[in-house]
Amino acid sequence: MTGNSQAPDPEKEKRKIKSVKKMKEIMTNYYMEAKTAEQTGKKVAWITSGGPVEPLIVMDIIPVYPENHGAMIGASKMGGALCEKSEEMGYSRDLCSYARADIACAPVNGGPIGGLPRPDMLVCCNNICGTVLKWYEVQARYFNVPLFILDTPFSHTGFSDEARKYVRKQVDEYIDFLEMVCGKKCDYDRMAEVGKLSVQGQRLWQAVLDTAAHKPAPMSAFDAFFHLALIVTLRGTSVVVDYYTELLAEMKERTASGISAVPNEKYRLLWDNLPIWYRTKWLSEKFAAHDACLVADTYTSAWCGSLKYINENDFLGTMAEGYSRIYLNIGVDEMAETVMEMIDKYDADGLVMHSNRSCKPYSLGQYDIQRIVQEKRKIPTLMIEADMVDERSFAESQIETRIDAFMEVLKAG
Amino acid sequence: MITLGIDVGSITAKAALVKDGKLLSTAVIITGYNARNAGESVFGKILSEAGIERSEIGGIVATGYGRNSVTFAGKSITEITCHAAGAHFLNPAVRSVIDIGGQDSKAIVMDEAGKVRDFAMNDKCAAGTGRFLEVMARALEVDINDFGKMSLEADNPARISSLCTVFAESEVISLIAKGEKRKNIIAGIHESIGSRVAAMAGRLGLTSPVMMTGGVAKNIGVVKALEGKTGKPIEVSEMAQLTGAIGAALIAMTL
Repeated sequence: MTGNSQAPDPEKEKRKIKSVKKMKEIMTNYYMEAKTAEQTGKKVAWITSGGPVEPLIVMDIIPVYPENHGAMIGASKMGGALCEKSEEMGYSRDLCSYARADIACAPVNGGPIGGLPRPDMLVCCNNICGTVLKWYEVQARYFNVPLFILDTPFSHTGFSDEARKYVRKQVDEYIDFLEMVCGKKCDYDRMAEVGKLSVQGQRLWQAVLDTAAHKPAPMSAFDAFFHLALIVTLRGTSVVVDYYTELLAEMKERTASGISAVPNEKYRLLWDNLPIWYRTKWLSEKFAAHDACLVADTYTSAWCGSLKYINENDFLGTMAEGYSRIYLNIGVDEMAETVMEMIDKYDADGLVMHSNRSCKPYSLGQYDIQRIVQEKRKIPTLMIEADMVDERSFAESQIETRIDAFMEVLKAG
Repeated sequence: MITLGIDVGSITAKAALVKDGKLLSTAVIITGYNARNAGESVFGKILSEAGIERSEIGGIVATGYGRNSVTFAGKSITEITCHAAGAHFLNPAVRSVIDIGGQDSKAIVMDEAGKVRDFAMNDKCAAGTGRFLEVMARALEVDINDFGKMSLEADNPARISSLCTVFAESEVISLIAKGEKRKNIIAGIHESIGSRVAAMAGRLGLTSPVMMTGGVAKNIGVVKALEGKTGKPIEVSEMAQLTGAIGAALIAMTL
């Protein structure tokens, strides 16, 4: 052995978040359990990212998220090929790339983990978009399994009593559906416990994200994109609570000892829309080279953004409102308000918006939000056109020029 | 002090020498496939034409899509900042710039000092750019330099509805097949570029006076179409194509 392997850069090592290792273990175990469910006799439900997962946890059903899988496909740079495959199957390139990648994966067990475990049922909540309805119908037909659709009315402003009753009634139907598929009754005492754990997990996630309000920020939005997986997939379990407690402690430690996500943080930016999964490293290095840190984002905070509507002591009674009034299911004015609250909270110097070809509900209204932010907060904004998973929609030199020009504007003050 | 600005675009590479705030010399060459060589060549050309030694140059800034391949430049700055600085130099009253280059189009709003306040760029599509015009010139078998003059003679501009270069080209071919006059087709092409760029500029909110920069500004037909679509008079400098390089040379003075 000549020992010519390079020693790790101590600067970079110092900045690495130590909890990442544990997080990877948790996610590996989670997917192992899900992939071996058939042998262990557990049932698997595929569920949308914004769907109410808590009743599944109560019923001992393993929730599996095609959208989380989509993110993994994107991060593994397998999105383009899978999207092409779905186009061969007859799906339009204009459709969501999570949907396309997932639909293409199913028949060939493709993707980075050899496909998702076969579902016993599908749970689709349309609070995040309308595409999920057709996507889940396609998969329900393909796997020949029952599908439950939870319809959350769009909440332009406020939340009416009618809407509350309408969604609340469906929560009961949802539980009936699960009881029927599982052949056992729901334990409502356990439901109350799981509800509390869900709220606790969301609060901790918010607390983790809040640490980035510190200057310099101990974590960036790119770190949040990674750590998000738990609040999405295992919400309502103690695993989430334990892990985020640990992560929060590490973030507090980093703030206390002045360890920042970006070495010389001078500019603090807010990110809007889903990550560009196959380019997170490139983007993170690009911004860091300009001494800029993406300190927060509207995406990862969406999994704790409607906490204010949920009463942990009456989870079943209040989840209708909590699940209906999430970031993607509210009017543009309220979205702009949320963005401005975040700009103030994290003291952001600029706003970077990803106009995401895949995600219509997220991208529609961005120009209005951009204008409102420019008028009311007078900070520079940048629009990047790309796609969360389909790397064919990413033009590096164009995006590089936009980011460089945006940073020149910021630096010139 | 003499400073140099190099603007390596997708079609042409430009250079400008500035001495004590005055424009000394300029040069333009075709970029070709190697952006790095283009930077070197245009540098050599301007030095020999101006009769200046390399050692006399106090600072170099590169811009354009090939800016990062100009290894001899002290710094690279984006076209957006350079076009704003260049336009401000050509006419300090200018508050907005529309730049249409080989592969992209941009709208820039600046303050009274020539500093960029906001900008918008086309998405990753060649429609509404110099490359789009080149494709159309080839389809029509017309010298691209005659496009502007010919379009002004149009009596009934054709409608080019597609925003995509490839589809627009087939539209143009079917118009040719139908016997539509060249001048009307060209005027239609300019209208379609005008609509596309005006929509982008409109979103940004143009402030007068507006200047058009970049190679496509040499085409009077596009300028007229843009004036029609934006409802604002647009001035064009003799130096339109060199604005980015001039801006880069001016920025090099401040570094």
